[in-house]
Amino acid sequence: MLMKKGAEANLYLEPFARVLHRAGEGKVVVKHRISKRYRILEIDKQLRESRTTLESKLFADAKRAGVPAPLVYEVDRTGMRIVMEFIDGRQVKLVLDKLRPKARRKLCELIGRQVARLHRAGIVHGDLTTSNMILTRKGRVYFVDFGLGGYNPLLEARGVDLHLLRRALQSIHFQVTDEAYRAVLAGYKREFGEGASEVIERVEEIERRGRYVPKEERAWR
Amino acid sequence: MLCLGIEGTAHTFGVGIVDSRGKVLANALKTYVPAKGGIHPREAAQFHAANARVVLDGALKAARVAIEDVDLLAFSAGPGLGPCLRTAATAARALASWLDVPIISVNHCIAHVEIGRLTERARDPVTLYVSGGNTQVIAFDAGRYRVFGETLDIPVGNCLDVFARGVGLPYPGGPTVERLAREGKRYIPLPYVVKGMDLSFSGLMTEAVRKHRAGADLHDLCFSLQETAFAALVEVTERAVAHTEKKEVMLTGGVAANQRLREMLKLMANEHKAKFFVPPREYCQDCGAMIAWTGILVYKHGLRQKLRETGVKQRWRTDQVDIPWRTG
Repeated sequence: MLMKKGAEANLYLEPFARVLHRAGEGKVVVKHRISKRYRILEIDKQLRESRTTLESKLFADAKRAGVPAPLVYEVDRTGMRIVMEFIDGRQVKLVLDKLRPKARRKLCELIGRQVARLHRAGIVHGDLTTSNMILTRKGRVYFVDFGLGGYNPLLEARGVDLHLLRRALQSIHFQVTDEAYRAVLAGYKREFGEGASEVIERVEEIERRGRYVPKEERAWR
Repeated sequence: MLCLGIEGTAHTFGVGIVDSRGKVLANALKTYVPAKGGIHPREAAQFHAANARVVLDGALKAARVAIEDVDLLAFSAGPGLGPCLRTAATAARALASWLDVPIISVNHCIAHVEIGRLTERARDPVTLYVSGGNTQVIAFDAGRYRVFGETLDIPVGNCLDVFARGVGLPYPGGPTVERLAREGKRYIPLPYVVKGMDLSFSGLMTEAVRKHRAGADLHDLCFSLQETAFAALVEVTERAVAHTEKKEVMLTGGVAANQRLREMLKLMANEHKAKFFVPPREYCQDCGAMIAWTGILVYKHGLRQKLRETGVKQRWRTDQVDIPWRTG
C-alpha cells in the first residue's frame, strides 16, 4: 500500500510476512527510489544507487550512535529498495507548532541531542527537517530519512547540518523558529560537549556568508 | 490608476507602466552588455543613469500617456547590485517628488512571481526563479512568500555565465552553453550538490572549467553541466511541491529561457499532476512592468512609505516581506 509519495522515493507499508518471511509479524516500510524521467539515465542511476546504499549504512550507524532509526531488514541495490522497520508515530512537522512551549522545548532539545550524537559518530544527516522525524508515543524521536546523509567529520559539514535544520524551521515552523532553534542548540551543546561552540560559531559564519544576508550581519563588509 | 515601475537591480534598466487592473501599457528596457567579463556594478549603474531618460520616454510613448498621468511610482529596492539599485532609486525618488505621487519599494524576487501570476493566471504556484543574480524556490504560506530552497553561493545563471567565460565562450554564456549542449552526448560526471533544501553551484562551475582544461569535449561538457545543474534545481523544486502539495509550478527568471530546463521541470510537474507555467520571455526577464504591477498590489493594500524610507536593500530577502494582498 502506498503510504507516501515523496520527492525522491515512494514509501509502501506492507505486511512483514509478504515482503520478507511468512513467519514474520507486523509491518514493514519499503522505500523505493523511483526513476525520475526529468534527469538523464546516468545521473538518475548514480543518485539512486549511491543514496540507497549509503542510506542503509547510515541507518545502522545512527542506531549504533544511539539515535533512534528504523531497523533495516533488506537492501536491494538493483531494485533501489530498502525494506525497513515501520515506525508508528507522528511526524514532528505536524506536532511541533501545536505543542505547549515547555513540551516543544523538550522535544527540540532531544532533537539537538540526537544531532550531536550523529555528529560525534562522524555522521551528517544532510536533510534535517521536521518531516523526516517521527515522534513515537513513548516520546522517542526517530530519524527516518538519511537519503542526503554522509560520513563527514568536518566542522563545515556539521555547521551546514545545523544550518539546514534552522532553514527548515524558518520555512515550515516560522511562528516558533527562534525558540525551537535555541532549544535545539541547547540540546546539541549538552550532548556534544567540548567543541560544540565551534560548530555553532561555524553555523553563524555559514549564515553570514549566505547570498541573501543583510550587510550588517555579514562575515565581511 | 497608473503605476510607473522602475527596475534596475542588475544589468537591465526598465520602465513599465501598468494600470490597476493589471493591464501592461508599456514595458521598455535597455540592457547593459559588458565589453568584456561579467557585469561591472559601477559601469552598469552608469549605463542606467545614461539611459534612464530614453527608456522612460520610450515607455511613456508606448503607453501613450503623459508623465503627469502617473499616479504612483514603484521601484526595485533589492536584492541587487548596490550602485544599480541606488541609481534606479534616485530616478524613482526624483520622479515621485517632482510629480508629487506616492512611492513604493518593491522586492525584485516577489515582483517576478507576481508578474508571472498575472500573465499566466496562476493562483498559487511553487516558483523556481532562476537568473544570473538569483536562484530561489518560492511558495506562499501564511502571509509571506517562503523560500523553500535557495543557492548557498552563486546563482545558476552565474554558474553558466562564468563557466562560459572560463572556457572562452561569449557573454551571455547561458544561451551559448544551451546551444552547444544540444550536440553533447556523453555524460561527464560532475559534482551534484543538494544540501537539504538548498543548492550550491560554485564547486560544479569550478570542476566543469577544470574538466575543460583537462581536455574534455566542450559539447559534452556543456551538456553535462546543464544536466547536473538542472537536475539539482528540479529535485529541490520537487521537494517543495511534495511538501506544500501545491498544484502549480512556475518557472521564471532569465534562465527560464532554457528549453531543456523547461522540459525537465514540466516532466516533474506532470508527475505531480501540477499545472506548469512559464511567463512570456519579456516577463521572465527583469523588467519595469513587474515592478509597476507589484507596486499596485502593495499600494492597493494600504501600504504607504515616506521618501526617507526608500533606502535600497542589497540583500533583501524574499521571506522578509509581508504580502497582505494574498490570503491563507
